[in-house]
Amino acid sequence: MTSTKKDPVVVVLQLSGANDPLNTIIPYTNPHYRDNRPKVGIPEDQVIPINDDLGFNPNMGPVQKLYQEGKVAIIHGIGYDNSPRSHFRSMDIWHTCEPEKVGTEGWLGKVIRDLDPTGENVLTGVNFGQGLPRALALRGVPVTSVSDLASYGVLSDVPGINNERDRDRMLDLFSRIYAPTIGTGPVMDYLSHTGRNVLDGADVIRVAPETYSSTIEYADTPIARSLKSVAQVHLANLGTKIFYTQHGSFDTHFNQLPQHTKLWTDVGRAIGDFYSDLREHNASDNLIMVLFTEFGRRVKDNGTGTDHGAGGIAFVIGDQVKGGMYNDYPSLKPADLTQGDLAPNYDFRGFYSSIVDKWLGLDPVPIVGGTFEQLNFV
Amino acid sequence: MATQEQISLMSHLMRRAGFGAPRSELEMRVHKGYEATIEELLDPASQDSVDEDLLYRYFPNYEGGMAPNQAQAQWVYRMVNTNRPLEEKMVLFWHQLFATGNSKIDNPPELTQQIAMFRKHALGDFPTLLVELAKNPAMIYWLDNNGNHKGAINENWGRELLELFSMGVGNYSEDDIKEASRAFTGWTIAPKIPRLPLGRFYWDFEYRPEDHDSDAKTFLGMTGEFNGEDIIDIVVKQPATGKFLCRHLYNFFVADEPQIPSWNITPPTDPEAVELLEQTYHDSKYNIAAVLRVLFNSDFFKDSRFKHVKSPAELVVGTVRMAQGLSGPQVGYQSVADECTFQGQELLNPPSVESWHTGEEWIDGGALVRRVNFAAKYFSNTNLPGIRTIIDSLKSLGTLSPSEFLDGCLDLMGILELGSTTYQEFLTHTSEEGNISWETTHDASESERRVGIMLAMISASREYQFA
Repeated sequence: MTSTKKDPVVVVLQLSGANDPLNTIIPYTNPHYRDNRPKVGIPEDQVIPINDDLGFNPNMGPVQKLYQEGKVAIIHGIGYDNSPRSHFRSMDIWHTCEPEKVGTEGWLGKVIRDLDPTGENVLTGVNFGQGLPRALALRGVPVTSVSDLASYGVLSDVPGINNERDRDRMLDLFSRIYAPTIGTGPVMDYLSHTGRNVLDGADVIRVAPETYSSTIEYADTPIARSLKSVAQVHLANLGTKIFYTQHGSFDTHFNQLPQHTKLWTDVGRAIGDFYSDLREHNASDNLIMVLFTEFGRRVKDNGTGTDHGAGGIAFVIGDQVKGGMYNDYPSLKPADLTQGDLAPNYDFRGFYSSIVDKWLGLDPVPIVGGTFEQLNFV
Repeated sequence: MATQEQISLMSHLMRRAGFGAPRSELEMRVHKGYEATIEELLDPASQDSVDEDLLYRYFPNYEGGMAPNQAQAQWVYRMVNTNRPLEEKMVLFWHQLFATGNSKIDNPPELTQQIAMFRKHALGDFPTLLVELAKNPAMIYWLDNNGNHKGAINENWGRELLELFSMGVGNYSEDDIKEASRAFTGWTIAPKIPRLPLGRFYWDFEYRPEDHDSDAKTFLGMTGEFNGEDIIDIVVKQPATGKFLCRHLYNFFVADEPQIPSWNITPPTDPEAVELLEQTYHDSKYNIAAVLRVLFNSDFFKDSRFKHVKSPAELVVGTVRMAQGLSGPQVGYQSVADECTFQGQELLNPPSVESWHTGEEWIDGGALVRRVNFAAKYFSNTNLPGIRTIIDSLKSLGTLSPSEFLDGCLDLMGILELGSTTYQEFLTHTSEEGNISWETTHDASESERRVGIMLAMISASREYQFA
């Protein structure tokens, strides 16, 4: 729980495509690492050490700095049994907490429902990206999904309408034609309700970039733009408790070194700027950021990259986080691998449960579908 | 000269039995006649199919692309360009009913094969389609029938065949499911050819007699050494199957029913309509075209204008077709396919075998914004051929009063009907800018601007969400 009176907030950053754990938190002195990664291994002198066994990828400077402040929890060996190693299936599993069957209810959809049972604030959950990730989807739970904050809203990106006055008149008309009308039936009523909610939500969220000011200059990358939007909405105090965004693709089958470098450079810098921004506004104490990916990658490289694996790494970052490493780094010994991959030793639903229970103060069991071992990173 | 009523009815038919039609097409079809048009729709072979060579010459990656978006785009191309609208609409119907998702199949070309199978049997006999479905490799893998063995059955396919694809909950027992599953043992997929060194190959159905449980089974009270085809044979004859399938057809083509999971406790909104279809289903020996002939010619169909919330596919494809935003091979199909996804209907990837929730449940805040913005984007674009046609038609009417202008736009968009309050609001809005005139260049360009805005606002209305 937060130590202040402010409500707890979670930012979920999905690393899409399966981030390679071995090159993220690197067992740089382990001979198995060198043996298996002749082409894709990170040279020892480039690794930023945490201790004699493990170190950060050299491009994760800002995250490493936060780690030194004790604000980053690294969760090793996270995953679930029998990974299908399929992006779509595995991501669905992370989104719905259903490893055995196809699930349709998002865990964060359930969280948002529990945080705001009457759906009073359509901005309780905000996704930055196109479409709505399944993690947030739950029948009857309104979630705001924004592809571009500056232009979010009804009739906002209509190229044929290029003057302010026309747009204002159109929005006015929209509001009128979505007014409740008697006798037109339940579906029309539902459309009216939904349309007006969207208008209200858009009006409210538009305030965020307008009232925002900061000394922090984010980079001009998609992930930086997303996190800046998160910051803007968070700082505008609109009651958003769950933020979701993603970055990718981490699916580095080919040419991993340069790709992974760019990915973590961008993500690392964006996270660093995000936290500086929040701290500048004294708004970092009630927020945690959760990074996850759908599975890990193979121990042995394929020449220029790595293929799909099983066990992965998750991060939790925040001023209230008890930093450090949690769980054991999976063994690289051949006998301990499953099909050539790091074996997961910690069920991701325990990870979710820790966040839901300890940070958000909700009952995790119905949300993740069971009782799982929790960790104490918050 | 076609009357408003004839145009309106034909427009309704084309929205439901296809993906909509522009005014000029509606006039041609009215001239041909309503019943004759239905006959043409029911006989896809009488119209040219999509030119496959052209499609693949421009989009060679659509055939084998492992990115779902490419396979989705290929299907959107067909929906936009088809000369066989009812056939393609039925493909969508079968995909929504026999929902098979890429989240597990992880092979968009294989799913495209399934869609092609639906296309081949779209308007044919239901038993034939069910047998093809039982042999479809994507379906076998999706519902684990490759894990259904003699002596160790897997009930997934057997259950869903009865529960979701034919009879509906409450019309069979758990034992029936087990016996049906036994009958389908041995219906599996041939060992897949490894990807290296030659690339990907399609999966093939394989029947393994040694894995088939050929002993006697008792299914729905009948006993015999049933194999899969026998089960299907029994199932299609059941009154429950006729009712369930016809209710699905009613829900898709006539008017939105309550959500499917409640069907075993909630009777149809129009029981007589469903019964009429059910009767035809049995009389025609389970022929889909025959049922649809009765459906489209019925009064209950003609009286159901705007009683169906458009699915994302219908809204997106319908908008593109009306505005003529895409035609033939050109760039743009992939983003249209993505738009269906962003609006909540990811083609080839329904959320589960229970398929998408339709009707009102297509709409939530996020989907509504996207639907509105997407349609407005197309309709406000006065460069698109479909919009230019509308502008030219309005121009040919000369100077228009605000109400003539509004009526003209609604006429050319459907004919779309607005509720009286909505209509009044539109009228007030457009009256603020006076008459529409085309006399000077300045007037004409002002009027074009107003047409773009008017069409965009009409497409943003609640009424446009319905077909």
